[in-house]
Amino acid sequence: MSDKMERQIVIPGEVIAKGENYLPGSGTEKIGDEIVSTKYGLAELSDRLIKVISLSGIYQPRKGNVVIGKVENITFYGWVISLDAPETSFLPLQEIPRYVNKGDLSEVLDIGDMIVAKILDVTSRGIDLTMKSRGLEKINEGIIVKINSNKVPRIIGKEGSMINLIKKGSGCEITVGQNGLIWIKGKNIEDELLVKRAINFVSEKSFTNGLTEEVKKWFENEGKPINE
Amino acid sequence: METAKVTGERIKSYLSTGKRFDGRKQDEFRDITIETGISEKAEGSARVKIGNTEVIVGVKLSVSEPYPDSPNKGNLMVTSELLPLSSERFESGPPKFPAIELGRLIDRAIRESKFINLEKLCIKEGEKVWSVFIDIYSINYDGNLIDAAGIGAILSLKTAYLPKYDQENEKVLYGEHTDQKIPLSEELPIVITSHKIGGNIIVDPTIEEEDVSETRITIGGSVEGKLFSIQKGGIKEITVEEMDKLLEMNDNARKKVYSQIKKYL
Amino acid sequence: MTFKRSDGRGIEEMRPIKAEVGVVPNADGSAIFSFGKTVAIAAVYGPRKMHPQHQQDPEKGKLRCNYNMLSFSVDDRIRPGPSRRSTEISKITEWALEPVLLIEKYPNLVIDVHINILQADASTRCAGINAAALALAHAGIPMKNLVSSVSIGKLDKQLVVDVDKEEEDFEEGEGSTDIPITMTPEGDITHIQLDGKISIEELKEVVQLAKKSVKKIYEVQKKALKESVKL
Repeated sequence: MSDKMERQIVIPGEVIAKGENYLPGSGTEKIGDEIVSTKYGLAELSDRLIKVISLSGIYQPRKGNVVIGKVENITFYGWVISLDAPETSFLPLQEIPRYVNKGDLSEVLDIGDMIVAKILDVTSRGIDLTMKSRGLEKINEGIIVKINSNKVPRIIGKEGSMINLIKKGSGCEITVGQNGLIWIKGKNIEDELLVKRAINFVSEKSFTNGLTEEVKKWFENEGKPINE
Repeated sequence: METAKVTGERIKSYLSTGKRFDGRKQDEFRDITIETGISEKAEGSARVKIGNTEVIVGVKLSVSEPYPDSPNKGNLMVTSELLPLSSERFESGPPKFPAIELGRLIDRAIRESKFINLEKLCIKEGEKVWSVFIDIYSINYDGNLIDAAGIGAILSLKTAYLPKYDQENEKVLYGEHTDQKIPLSEELPIVITSHKIGGNIIVDPTIEEEDVSETRITIGGSVEGKLFSIQKGGIKEITVEEMDKLLEMNDNARKKVYSQIKKYL
Repeated sequence: MTFKRSDGRGIEEMRPIKAEVGVVPNADGSAIFSFGKTVAIAAVYGPRKMHPQHQQDPEKGKLRCNYNMLSFSVDDRIRPGPSRRSTEISKITEWALEPVLLIEKYPNLVIDVHINILQADASTRCAGINAAALALAHAGIPMKNLVSSVSIGKLDKQLVVDVDKEEEDFEEGEGSTDIPITMTPEGDITHIQLDGKISIEELKEVVQLAKKSVKKIYEVQKKALKESVKL
C-alpha cells in the first residue's frame, strides 16, 4: 500500500497494511507488523494513521455532539431523553436556560416532545445533556427525518457545504443531529418534504464523487434551481 | 423510534389538504412487487412487497381428521408471525395481539368469501380431509402488513398444487406434486385496510402514517364489490359520512390493487 | 472405489453458495445465505439496552441469537414457535459467533441476531451461522474476524462436504454421520457437533476437510460485504 492509498471497503479480520510505516487508528488493531480491520467499513489513510469508518451500525455518542432526542420520561431532577442510541440520556433541570419550578417540569418539556441538545458528557452511567447553548431548543414545529448516523458527515459535507446547499435550495432551517435525526422547518410543508427527499438522495449516494454537482442538478430537476 | 409528535402534526395538516408525504393520493398504494413460488417446500408461496413492507406467505397441506361439525369439509388454518427480524418494534416470545389478529383477519376474508371450496378437499367423509395451512411472516415492516398478507395469502393459494396422497399407507408424499390445484372459487377476497387520520381517510399507510392513525377498518371484499369481512380497530369513532366515504375509497383501492396483481393469479 | 453423490457433486463440492447483505432495510445489519435449496436470512438489531434488566451484564455486551424455522421451510409443516431443537441451535449459534466478537465495550447491552430458515434442505444451522456472521459485520459490530460454517458428512465410509437432506437420510452401510463445523478463516474451531458414528482418525480428516471448505465460504461472504457498497 502506498501513501496514496485508495479508499477501500474492508471487512473484519482483513489485513489493511503491513510494515512499521503505519499506525493503527479506530476500527483497526495491530497484530505483529500488520494493521488488521476490526470492523466492516471504509479504510482511510491520513498521514500514517489507518482508520476504518463505519458504513452502518448504531450511533456512538461523543462529548460535544449536537443531537436530537425525544423526551421519554420526567423525573424530579430532569428529563430522560431517547437519542435512538442504546444508552439512556439525561437532561438535568439546571441544564435548561431558564428557571424551572420543580413541580412544573412537564410544562417546559413533556413526554413525547423533541429537543435539540448537546452532549455534556458520556459516562459509564449514561449520557448527560445540556440545552444551555445557542441553537439548542425545544422543537415546536417541522418534521423530523431519520438517517443512519454514519451518513451524517456526508449530509453536512465539507465545512457544512452540503447542508448549506440544501438550505439554500429549499429555504428551510435544518438542524442535523449527530445521532442521525434531522429537524427541518420551512415556510410550508412542501419545502420541508423537498429537504427530506434531498437528504434521502444524498444519503443513498454517500460514496460518489462530485456529489455537490449532482445535488445541484437534483434541485434543478425538482424545478428549484439553486442560484449562486 | 415512534414517529415524532411534530412530524405527526405535519402529516395530519398536510393530509387535510388532501396530500401525503410521499406524494401519493389518498386511495393510492405504494408500488407492489410480487414473486410467487419462492419456497420449494411449501405447496404454494409468495413474497409481497408494498413499498418497503415485505411479507412472505406459504401454504402447506396435510391430511387429517375433519372437525366433528363439518365432517365433509377440509380444514383451514391461518397463522401469522411478526418476526423480530422485521422490525425493532417486534419482540421474541409468544404471539401478541397484532400477530393473532393479523391471522384472524386473513382467515375470515378467505373463509367467508368461500374462496377455497372446502367440500372438495374431503377425501373420506368423517375420516380424512385435506387441511390447508396458510402461514404469514413479516420480513420488513413499514406499515400495512395486513393488506400485504392478504395478497400473499391469495397468491399462495392460487399457485399451490396438492401433493400426492398415498391412500393405502395413509401418507402424504411431499415433493411429488400432482397437477391438481386447490379448488378455488372465482370470487377473490382482497383485503384492504383504510385508516382515519384527522378527518381524512387513506389506504396503505406507511409506518409514520400508521403511527398517527386513529382508527382503521379492514375489509375483505371482491373486486365486484361483495364484502365478506369487516373489522374496525383503534380507539376513535367514525361517523356515518366518513364510513360512506371510506367504503367508496376502499372499493377503488381494491380495484387498483387487483389490476396490479391479476397477472400473477 | 469412487463414491457417487445423489446429485452428482464431487465429494468436496458444496452446493451453489449465495450471499447478500442488506436484505432487511429496518435492521442495523442483515444478510441472506444459501447452500443450494437451504436458505437462511439473518437480521441484527443493536447493540441496544438489554431487557429484561436482570439479564444485563455490567462486564460486557451480550449476544442473543434466535434461530427459527418457518413453518413451510420443510415438508411436514412445523408448528410456529420455539422448540427444544431451535432453542439448542440458538445457543450453539451464539457459541459459534462469540469467539470473534469484540463486544466487551458494550456493558449492559445486547446484540440481537434473528435467524430465520426460509427453506430447509439440511445444514440449516450452518447457513444460519454464515448469514449471522455476515449480518453482524454488516451492522458494524467490532469483530476479530468472520466465521464460516459447513457440515461435513460421512456416508457409509465416505466423507463428503455440505450434506443435503437426501444425504442426511442416507442409510446404507454405516449410515450417515453429520458433523457441522464453524471456523475462522485461519481454521480456529468455534463450533463443532456430531451425530452418528466415526473414528478418531476419520474425525481428524473431517476437520481438515472443513478447514478447506470454510475458506471457500469465507470468500463468498467477503465478496458479499465488499460488493454491497459502490465507491
